[in-house]
Amino acid sequence: MTESSQILAVEGLTTRIGVNAVVDGVSLAVNSGEVVALVGESGCGKSLTALSIMGLHPAAARIGGGSVRLDGDDLLRFSEKQLRGIRGKTLSMIFQEPVASLDPLMRVGEQVAESLVVHGVASKSEAESRAIDMLEKVGIPDPAARARQYPAELSGGMCQRVMIACALIARPRLLIADEPTTALDVTIQAQILALMKELRREIRTAILLITHDMGVVADIADRVCVMYAGRIVESGDVASIFAQPSHPYTRLLLATIPKLSGTRKTRLNAIEGSVPDVSDWPVGCRFRTRCPLADDACEKMPPDFSVSGDDTHRAACWHIDRLSEMDAMGEMA
Amino acid sequence: MSATIDKSPAPARRFAGLRREIRGMRAVMPFVLIFAAFVLLALLAPLVAPLDPNSQNLLGRLKPPGTTARGIFYLLGTDNLGRDLLSRLIYGARISLSVAILSVVLSGTAGTILGMAAGLARGWTETVIMRLADIVLSVPAVLLAIIMVAVLGPGFANVVLVLALTRWPRYARVAYGQTLSVANMPYVRLARFMGAKTPRILLIHILPNIIGAIIVVATLEFGLMVLFEAGLSFLGLGVQPPTPSWGAMLSTGRAYVATAWWIAAFPGACLFLLILSVNLIGDHLRDRLDPKSR
Repeated sequence: MTESSQILAVEGLTTRIGVNAVVDGVSLAVNSGEVVALVGESGCGKSLTALSIMGLHPAAARIGGGSVRLDGDDLLRFSEKQLRGIRGKTLSMIFQEPVASLDPLMRVGEQVAESLVVHGVASKSEAESRAIDMLEKVGIPDPAARARQYPAELSGGMCQRVMIACALIARPRLLIADEPTTALDVTIQAQILALMKELRREIRTAILLITHDMGVVADIADRVCVMYAGRIVESGDVASIFAQPSHPYTRLLLATIPKLSGTRKTRLNAIEGSVPDVSDWPVGCRFRTRCPLADDACEKMPPDFSVSGDDTHRAACWHIDRLSEMDAMGEMA
Repeated sequence: MSATIDKSPAPARRFAGLRREIRGMRAVMPFVLIFAAFVLLALLAPLVAPLDPNSQNLLGRLKPPGTTARGIFYLLGTDNLGRDLLSRLIYGARISLSVAILSVVLSGTAGTILGMAAGLARGWTETVIMRLADIVLSVPAVLLAIIMVAVLGPGFANVVLVLALTRWPRYARVAYGQTLSVANMPYVRLARFMGAKTPRILLIHILPNIIGAIIVVATLEFGLMVLFEAGLSFLGLGVQPPTPSWGAMLSTGRAYVATAWWIAAFPGACLFLLILSVNLIGDHLRDRLDPKSR
C-alpha cells in the first residue's frame, strides 16, 4: 500500500463510560483506498471505537481525549451540525443488520438516493437515476426494476448490497463497516467481501472494517489492528500479522480459525474465558489474566514494541521473544 | 444506463395484492356495504329524502310506519310534530357522520402529532404531553364532554371541538408507543446517520410505519364518536333542534315509547347498524394492519 494520503488518523482516542475508559488511547490510521480491519472479541471496545470516530457514541459515553482527523479536520471538535454535514457524504457507514437497516415502507431506489437528497447534492430525479447506477454497481440484476421494490421483496444478501449502495452513493472518503457480513451466510459473505474489495478500488474509498472474524480479515484487509480490552495490542500489515503474530492474543485469535487439516477428533480451538468487564480490567497488560505467558513483568503496561524494525508491525507485549513457548504448549486451549 | 423507469410490470401482478385484500374482506363485506349506504344517504340526502325533514304536519302526528296522511306516504311514520321519520333519519345520518369524521380527523391529527413529538423528543416534551394525555384519559370522557359543552354552549362546531379535545390522548398514546419502537429501528438510525433532519425522519420514515396502528384506532374511535354525538344530542347538548340528529330523535321518542315505538326504534336501529359496521370494519383492519395479531 502506498502511504500516499492519510484519510483517517486517530490519535490516543479515549472514550469513557462512567469512570472506565472503555476505549483507552486508541491510535490507528487509514490511508486512501486501504482496508484496515479492527479485530477483537465482543466487548473489547471495537464498536465503541467506531461510534466514537463518527460522533455516534451513546449518550452515556464521553470522549475523554485524543483526536480523530478526517482529511486533517478533527472530528472531535465538530459540532453536531457539522457532523451531520459530513455523515453519509464524506464519512459513511454500513451497519450490522442489513434487513433491519432498510425502511420497510420505502422503495429501495429512494433509500439508496436518500443521502444525495438530504445533502442536497442532487435533485430527486437525478439522485434516483444515480441510485439505479449504484444498484447496478453493487451487482443487483435489473436495477431499474429492483429500485421500485420494497426491502421485503429482497433477500438478505440483496439487502446488504443495497446497504452498500446507500453507503457508497455519495462516494465517501471513508467507509466504516461494522460487521458487514456477520448476519449473512457464508457464500453471500464471500460475495459481499469481493464486492467491497472491488468498489474500494473503483471509488477509492478507505474502509475501516470492524470484525471478529479472522477469515474475513485475511480475505479483505490490507492492515490489521487487534484490539483487546480497549487497547490496540498489535497492528501491522495483514501478511506480516498472519505470518508472524507477535502478541499472544493475536496468536490465540489466529488459532481459533478452524483448519481443514485436522482429524475429525480435533477440537475447535477457543480462547479460554472472555474479555473481563471494564470495571475489572487488570492493571498492567490487560490480557495477562488469560495469557499463557503471563508473569510478574506483565503487571506493568507494555509499550508498543516494534516487531519488524521499521514500525509497520508493532505489538504491545513484554514477551515477544518468548512467543515460541506458546507453540510448545501445543493445543493451547 | 438509462434512467427511464419501465412503467409496465404486468398489470395483472401489480393488482394481485389488492385483489387478495378484497377477497380477505369477504367476511366484513356486508358491513362495508351498510357503512357505504349510510355515507351515500348522507351525501345524497336532499335527493333521496322523500320530504323536507323539518316540515311539520300537525294533523299527521305520531302516525305509524306505512300510513298515508293527506296524500303523503310515510314509510317509517311520523314523529310528535308530524315530521317524516325517514327523511329525518336520512338527514340525521349527515350529522352523525360529519361529527364523527371531523372529530376523528381533528383528534387523530392532533394526537398523532403530539404522540410522535413525545416519542421522538423524549425529555420534558414527553413528560408534559403524555402526562397531560393521562390526565385527560383519567376523567370519564362523557363527563368531560358534558362539562365542556355546558361551558362552551351546544352546537355542531362545539360538539366536534369537545370530542376532539377529549379523544386526542387515544391517538397520542398509540403514536407515542409506536414512535418509541420505530425510532430505535436501525433504519431510522441509519437515516439519521445519513444526514436526514428530524422533520424528514418523522414524515418519511416514522409516520408511514405507524400509520396502520393509527388508522385502526381511528376506525374504532369513529363508532364511539357516533355514539358520543348521539349521547350529547340525547341530553340536549348536541346539535340543536330542529336539525335532525339520531340522538335527539331517540330522546324525543323516549316520551312516546309506549304509544309510538317507531320514533325511538328507527334512530336506535340506525345507530346500532352504523356503529356495529364501523366496529367490525375496525376489527378487520386491526387484524390486517396490526403486526402483533398477524
